[in-house]
Amino acid sequence: MRKLIVGIAVVLLLSQSVFAMTANEVMEKYQAAFLYPGKDFKARVLMKLISEGGQERVREMTMIRKNFGPPGGEQKYFIYFFRPADVRGMTFMVYKHPGRDADRWLFVPALNMVRRIAARDKYSSFVGSDFTYEDVSGRDLAEDTHKMVKEEKYKAKDCYVIKSTPRAGDMQYSYRLLWIDKADFLPLKEEYYDQRGDLYKIFTADEVKDVKGVPTVMKRTMKNLKSHHMTQVTYLDADYNVGISDSLFSERYLKQPPRRWIK
Amino acid sequence: MKRIVIAAAVILLLVPPAPAAEVSLHGFLQGNYSADISNNPNPDGGDFKLAEERLQLKLDASEGPVHLFIKAEGWYDHIDQVWDSDLREGYIDYTAASWDARAGRQIITWGVGDLIFINDVFPKDYDAFFSGRPLGYLKKGVDGAKIGIYPDFASFEVVIIPFFTRNVYPSPGRFHVFDPMPGVTDRGKVEPAVTLGDTEVAIRAYRNIAGFDASVYFYRGFFRQPSMMPDDPVMPGKLTQFYPKLSVYGASLQRSALDGVLSLEAGYYDSRQDRKGTNPMIPNSQTRFLVGYQRQLWEDFTVGVQYYGEYMHDHPAYERSLPAGFPGRPRYYDLTSLRLTQLLKQQTLKLSFFGFYSPAVGEYFLNPEVRYSFTDHVWAAVGANVFGGGTPAGDFGQFSRDDNTYVQVRYEF
Repeated sequence: MRKLIVGIAVVLLLSQSVFAMTANEVMEKYQAAFLYPGKDFKARVLMKLISEGGQERVREMTMIRKNFGPPGGEQKYFIYFFRPADVRGMTFMVYKHPGRDADRWLFVPALNMVRRIAARDKYSSFVGSDFTYEDVSGRDLAEDTHKMVKEEKYKAKDCYVIKSTPRAGDMQYSYRLLWIDKADFLPLKEEYYDQRGDLYKIFTADEVKDVKGVPTVMKRTMKNLKSHHMTQVTYLDADYNVGISDSLFSERYLKQPPRRWIK
Repeated sequence: MKRIVIAAAVILLLVPPAPAAEVSLHGFLQGNYSADISNNPNPDGGDFKLAEERLQLKLDASEGPVHLFIKAEGWYDHIDQVWDSDLREGYIDYTAASWDARAGRQIITWGVGDLIFINDVFPKDYDAFFSGRPLGYLKKGVDGAKIGIYPDFASFEVVIIPFFTRNVYPSPGRFHVFDPMPGVTDRGKVEPAVTLGDTEVAIRAYRNIAGFDASVYFYRGFFRQPSMMPDDPVMPGKLTQFYPKLSVYGASLQRSALDGVLSLEAGYYDSRQDRKGTNPMIPNSQTRFLVGYQRQLWEDFTVGVQYYGEYMHDHPAYERSLPAGFPGRPRYYDLTSLRLTQLLKQQTLKLSFFGFYSPAVGEYFLNPEVRYSFTDHVWAAVGANVFGGGTPAGDFGQFSRDDNTYVQVRYEF
């Protein structure tokens, strides 16, 4: 009898530790799985901007990311644009710093000119899409309070549902709800609520695939319910740990992007 | 020289590259028109500053460490009713691990100013800028070689230019260009020779220092704005345009600060042919500097402000030697600038305003513009260039009768 009680207690304790992660723990795993996987990452990205009337505009780019520290730490991005025609050959470099706005540089081929860009992560649309810079490269976890709302199935997958509320009131949204897959900690859906509490923006992960053993969101959509505009992002190919050197993230290569990395 | 370069470009375009090479061909078709909006027609009687259709082809070919790039244009000018062509860029790159080289016609842009150039000593086309061409046409290529060297502690660019390229200024037929001696009609031109002694050298060293993008610059060459040398200072019968010797020593800093981007730049202009400042036909030595700040205030709205100052050394000597009736430049000239940019409709609609105003002399230049991308291939821009204030000899004041409105339409492929 006593053994049985101890056994039940152990099982209960285990189940507590396995199933009852705190919201902060879930968000840390989400950040590592969604925004920081691999030492580095490279993808050919197709972005379709679709208006309410169905008009499509296409942005195509190679996106390279490298981590310079643990999840939540420094990251650098290098982006080369293929389409549309008027930005072909432009490159864009971001040094992402936890706790403050990123440093950004843009190279304009027609002027052979590198410029720093003054843009706030929180308010800036990424190349005119429904994704902000912050949606692309992530928010600091400490900028929000995270609360476990419930656990439920979404698209037949067990999910944690987390409510993240910005500590500062300077955001376009008042809070967001995230459905995070318990198995791989990728977000399957994110709902953004405006200051009046109305749902206005929805992110969905439409296809998840293993790339070198890393579950990766290969297709995603951000839909704006107010403007009825949406953006579909597809990774045409993706790869991890390809050996991106630190020197890529420099003015030299911004002006002359190495072909072996961008193609 | 120009013909040889264009012929070489045509041959390169026609010769099929090696099968292993990666080749791409892009370009655009563009219509560009600019009409006077003040009640004054051009000095030549016309009402248009610009009316042309233009084709640009860009060829990229790469194999291993070698990269070839050609950007050539042909156009029809409705005002002069002529076909013309130009090689805007044409160069070969060689890239090694810690250095690279680029030889041929190439555009180089240095410095951190927004339309203010201190250490960017490379050729500009102000005719294009003031008559409503797209911004890319403000810069002209240099014919030379650039070597990049990238050791760990800093990066270096060394530019060697054997073939001098002058700035392009608004043409007297289409703009009311100030002329201090309109009575002297016999005019000549002299450009720096293609000799070792007249070869221009420009060096930039840069690295990150405490979060700043820091650069130092050196240039030894010539002013690209011509000076006028009369054959006789008292009773001139002939004026000869020439390009005085110049050296520039400068530095720039740029970094994120105050939720925006802060820019600082300065340069000393050593006028080597008139170090005492006693020749009124040659610019005096100057110290130039700028402070700039840009910041995003709300979604897709950015504001940029700059202050630029230009201090003339030896101003008393300049004033003493200035011939009677000649407009003098002040000891201190300055400019403020304001740039506002709002993007709308998923960044396909761009409303922008750029303005210069000089507190020292009261002249201004204003450039509002609306640009819309109809599709991923077609965009159009409509804008205006407005000049005024100051004196009839001022940088902007002289064009007070040249306000114009322009249209740019481009199909890009």
